[in-house]
Amino acid sequence: MVHVSATPVLALRGVSKRFGAVQALTDVELEVHAGEVVALVGDNGAGKSTLVKTIAGVHPIDEGVIEWEGKPVQISKPHDAQNLGIATVYQDLALCDNIDVVGNLFLGREIRRRGVLDEVEMERRSRELLDTLSIRIPSVRIPIASLSGGQRQVVAIARSMLGEPKLVILDEPTAALGVEQTAQVLDLVERLRERGHAVILISHNMADVKAVADKVAVLRLGRNNGVFEVKSTSQEEIISAITGATDNAVTRRAARTNGEIKK
Amino acid sequence: MSTEKTTTPAEDHVVENPEAAAAAVTAVDPRLLVREQGLKGYVNEFKRKMKAGDLGSLPVVVGLLIIWAIFTSLNSNFLTAGNFSDMSIAMVGTGMIAVGIVFVLLLGEIDLSVGSVSGVAGATFAVLSVTHGMNEVLALVLAILTGTAAGAIHGFVFARIGVPAFAVTLAGLLFWQGFMLQILGENGTINLDSDGLVVKLTSYYFSDVAAAYGLALVATVGYFLTSFFDNRRREAAGVPSRPVSEIVVRTAFLAVVAFAVAIVFNQYKGLPLAVVIFLAVLVITDFVLRRTSYGRKVYALGGSVEASRRAGINVELVRISVFAIAGTFAAIGGLFVASKIASANQGAGTGEFLMNVIAAAVIGGTSLFGGRGRTWDALLGVMVIISITYGLALEGIASPVQYMITGGVLLATVIIDAVTRKTQKTAGRA
Repeated sequence: MVHVSATPVLALRGVSKRFGAVQALTDVELEVHAGEVVALVGDNGAGKSTLVKTIAGVHPIDEGVIEWEGKPVQISKPHDAQNLGIATVYQDLALCDNIDVVGNLFLGREIRRRGVLDEVEMERRSRELLDTLSIRIPSVRIPIASLSGGQRQVVAIARSMLGEPKLVILDEPTAALGVEQTAQVLDLVERLRERGHAVILISHNMADVKAVADKVAVLRLGRNNGVFEVKSTSQEEIISAITGATDNAVTRRAARTNGEIKK
Repeated sequence: MSTEKTTTPAEDHVVENPEAAAAAVTAVDPRLLVREQGLKGYVNEFKRKMKAGDLGSLPVVVGLLIIWAIFTSLNSNFLTAGNFSDMSIAMVGTGMIAVGIVFVLLLGEIDLSVGSVSGVAGATFAVLSVTHGMNEVLALVLAILTGTAAGAIHGFVFARIGVPAFAVTLAGLLFWQGFMLQILGENGTINLDSDGLVVKLTSYYFSDVAAAYGLALVATVGYFLTSFFDNRRREAAGVPSRPVSEIVVRTAFLAVVAFAVAIVFNQYKGLPLAVVIFLAVLVITDFVLRRTSYGRKVYALGGSVEASRRAGINVELVRISVFAIAGTFAAIGGLFVASKIASANQGAGTGEFLMNVIAAAVIGGTSLFGGRGRTWDALLGVMVIISITYGLALEGIASPVQYMITGGVLLATVIIDAVTRKTQKTAGRA
């Protein structure tokens, strides 16, 4: 099992968020440790995206506390989240098709040497980064347009790693990918965990969740509907928690089993 | 050109989906672009680029050579030193404005006002220096700043208020043309001082033969040294670099072209000042676009506005600045046009002039879809347009036919652009 540190990198305590009359999140709890992949699942409208956006600083929370490495913090703008070390990779990739891989990795934070772009240094660091993540792409000097969907996704994730974040949030990273490309992305997620990053993975795909996640946090109608250890939970249990078909006894039983594992 | 290693990822963790994971860690990706050693490698790379629709400047250069061959066979006067020198000077005005258009096209936008703005600059200079007797240098600077201001206004309305650039600059086209007619007044034509600064822009030649050869030498040596030292740094940093033989071949090619042009200029009156200024502008703008983070931002906006915004780029500021740059180069080009005819008149910057400018940028290889192109494209494109104009004029063919031929060339170019774009998409290893 993956080593899990005592203090979570990020902890949400009783977080609530309202949009006008809509209660999007109610008393949500979530903990993510370093070196841990937490899958965030739930049906459409369950509040996954809202929750991620509160962490990323797009929507400030109304009630509750966000703890970062054990200390309460205010995240009111995207910049706050970035400064803490939270990187978010959104579903629609933020890459420029016409610029090469190196240019995209360093877009907005180019390395300069006497005021001029230092292409050599950027290329060296790009190769270093892609090598450490074992990402293979045809060349770091070809435009993004000629990469496959999976390769683009791994480049987008690699780009988020440049700021050395402690927590990486991946919003449906495998949504539009084929079998092999999905495997590439999942490999990368595992490598992030090995390197000690905390990862929050939003996914609709149970196979992906079972493959890489350590814990699954289920949201239903803006509330927690159970946190499961992936190894000891069947896919059916997770799905019933998502759809709300859970008999209360089953949830309790799942909670009990979890408790036993922790002991 | 990749030297990626096949590191096998750690296998100690449990993978629930072994088949998929195994597929992901197969050995070297067979699609890696590794250039083979020697000449064969270059040939293969060239073929691959052709297939991928990555043609670069090749179609224009080939087209230009064909045009020259046709006109030379029709009229032996076409490629004489005198005609070549004349064409070189005539293309600077259009070319300067096309440089500004390249910036705008890189954003994926269009600026229809550059023709009118160029006319305003010529008229402003003429009115200030001739009518009001202002110091020529001051009048020159004010005329150029007029263009900058006009461009910045277009950019502001486009970027801040969100009016499509097409509409803003169409309004600008009408407004600035009216403005030019207004300041030119009743007469309509103001002749410039034939010994004045602006007329000198296109009438001055460095008659000393050493000037042209010196410039060719500086260009060749400068290119070799920057490539060579850049390569040394790449080697030191352990990233792929070009073999020295390739640098030598490229430098030799540049030297042949540079010295051939220098010989032709020296056979006539010498190296024209206008050409020197135009080349300097091309070198500087190319450097800004490809070697500074400002240029990177311009390309990024042409690729994806949303991605640029998320990367922290100030989208509005870049857009306004690009339109200001287009206005500035329109004004500079307008001064060269006024210089060539030694007057500012009511016809400046009107009619087919605007279309020629945009055609020059597009024919040179700048994409209408944004994000692809270089300012050197303006040089290639304007050479095509001026060659056609001069060639047909030598043959005594009237302007209706000229328009039709230029239109045909432009159509062919945009077709190449659109097809290239499609091929590039399908060639993307999806």
